[in-house]
Amino acid sequence: MTVRDLAVGRGGVPVLEGLSFTLAPGRALVLRGPNGSGKTTLLRTIAGLQPAFGGTIEGAGERIAYAAHSDGLKSMLTVTENLRFWAQVFAQSDIEPALDAFDLRGLEDRPAATLSAGQKRRLGLARLMVTARLVWVLDEPTVSLDTASVARFAEAVRGHLAEGGSALLATHIDLGLNEAEVLDVTPFKAAPRVSLEDEAFL
Amino acid sequence: MSIWEYANPVKFIRTTDRILPWVSVAAVLCLVTGLVWGYFFTPDDYRQGATVKIIYLHVPAALMAINAWIMMLVASLIWIVRRHHVSALAARAAAPVGAIFTVIALATGALWGQPMWGTWWAWDPRLTSFLILFLFYLGYMALWSAIENDDTAADLTSILCLVGSVFALLSRYAVLFWNQGLHQGASLSLDKEENVADVFWYPLLVCIAGFVLLFVALVFLRTQTEIRARRTRALLARESRT
Amino acid sequence: MIALLLRDLRLAVRAGGGFGLGLAFFLIVTVLIPFGVGPETGLLSRIAPGVLWIGALLACLLSLDRIFALDWEDGSLDLLATAPLPMEGIVTIKALAHWITTGLPLVLAAPALGVLLSLPPSGYLWVLVSLALGTPALSVIGTFGAALTVGLKRGGLLLSILVLPLYVPTLIFGAEVARRGAEGLAVQTPLLMLAGISFGTLALLPFASAAVLRINLR
Repeated sequence: MTVRDLAVGRGGVPVLEGLSFTLAPGRALVLRGPNGSGKTTLLRTIAGLQPAFGGTIEGAGERIAYAAHSDGLKSMLTVTENLRFWAQVFAQSDIEPALDAFDLRGLEDRPAATLSAGQKRRLGLARLMVTARLVWVLDEPTVSLDTASVARFAEAVRGHLAEGGSALLATHIDLGLNEAEVLDVTPFKAAPRVSLEDEAFL
Repeated sequence: MSIWEYANPVKFIRTTDRILPWVSVAAVLCLVTGLVWGYFFTPDDYRQGATVKIIYLHVPAALMAINAWIMMLVASLIWIVRRHHVSALAARAAAPVGAIFTVIALATGALWGQPMWGTWWAWDPRLTSFLILFLFYLGYMALWSAIENDDTAADLTSILCLVGSVFALLSRYAVLFWNQGLHQGASLSLDKEENVADVFWYPLLVCIAGFVLLFVALVFLRTQTEIRARRTRALLARESRT
Repeated sequence: MIALLLRDLRLAVRAGGGFGLGLAFFLIVTVLIPFGVGPETGLLSRIAPGVLWIGALLACLLSLDRIFALDWEDGSLDLLATAPLPMEGIVTIKALAHWITTGLPLVLAAPALGVLLSLPPSGYLWVLVSLALGTPALSVIGTFGAALTVGLKRGGLLLSILVLPLYVPTLIFGAEVARRGAEGLAVQTPLLMLAGISFGTLALLPFASAAVLRINLR
């Protein structure tokens, strides 16, 4: 995936601009930056949920599996049902590796409502493995995970990279992914400016 | 020089500022002439007596109620296709005006219906259609005021206006089918046979011209207000950011 | 797409899914009508087709805001938007799920409630047919309204204001089929119009709903 001179914004106000990077297969890229620096906006734009203000994104679209702050779990469905649903949406059928990788064994028939926050998060991340998509775009994936689970998550990412996938993560904590490149988005902060929709009125 | 230059807010305000006084004066002149002429210098109808004179308010208001919606539809289409902010704001500005015209048409219709049909309200197809049109205006305005982001609101209301127009048209035919009414046929058609007599016709034309000019003046004025409000917000936003 | 339909149906019948609420509402409205207009059989049987249609329409309206609101809150809507499903397909499936969980039970319950309102014997068939043909349109139009108001706080009331005017043609033709059927008159014209509205909305409105949903997700 290649991003060139990308500008993104929220509510018409540019947040980041002039951003360029390449994410090769087998590589991971960690985005850093203080709260409100535009990491979420950038990831949403790359995932195709909102239009970019400028620049190009190549090799994204149908190759992206996106995971946001909220896990998109249905509390009345069991762990397996949740996972199987997403697998079917992405035309996959095998959910067993995902259950193993995120240690969801023994929880299979529990409704998602009865899971703890960390368990829910693990289930939300396990969803990535059943999408069979190459580029994982993850927004704060480790929120509410304990140390052991973070390690397990890092292991899953490493496995994904080894299979030729790639990952783009926004996170504040160290995942122990030593091979990952780090990109600080702070220097790309857009100049303070009124929103594009307001500009027409000045 | 293309017509789209007027889609620039500043240019729009500058141009309409120049036109607005003339349109306003012309609207008042037409309305005063038409109404005074119509109410004091035309004979009573041999069947309907003096009540016929409410036609000078009823028909133009009804006409403009529909035209205002059509204008909103056109403005919405322009917004969707070319994304000119003035267009979206003009549609927004026209909605309350159109809604009030609809209310005038309904109220005068009730006042007219009472002596003629012996009832304030009948579920006559035309009256019912206007009532439904009024509901569409309400929904449109409610959606505008419910959404915080201006561009999102413009997008959503434009699509609502498009879809609403189709359903308003459908409702019109549904209502016709549902109840054949008491209402007389078109007052203004090119077919002389069913037309109103010339003596009522000319002051009516002047009144219609007055209503059209009034609508134009009000929409210009309200669009200017909307533009200035947006401009104020934009300036405040710029100040707070720099 | 089938997975999405099955998931929505499964969610509806699980606890808290709200399945049957619309049906209960329909029953209560129908029971309340005679209290309001009096128990005279002649009057009731005359207004029965219209009352059944209004009741079904209101019951349908009641559950519209659930179509997207829950998926919006827990983030599934974002994830679905990035999934390999066309947005038009998603809104169509959502409307279909709404119809199966709300519209279809109403259609099946209407004849039973017709007994309470002393619906004339000739009316049962046509009430059933008109509702079966008309309720899909109610679901599709309602999905458009739900897509417009998704993400709005207190969107419920606004949703009713937006959707009810759009329901007018469906209601007129649907109730007309039921009324004419009950009175033993020819139903062909309104029946064809009702079918036209249903198929027309089903074919075209998902595009508008999908466009609106994309704007709201932005």
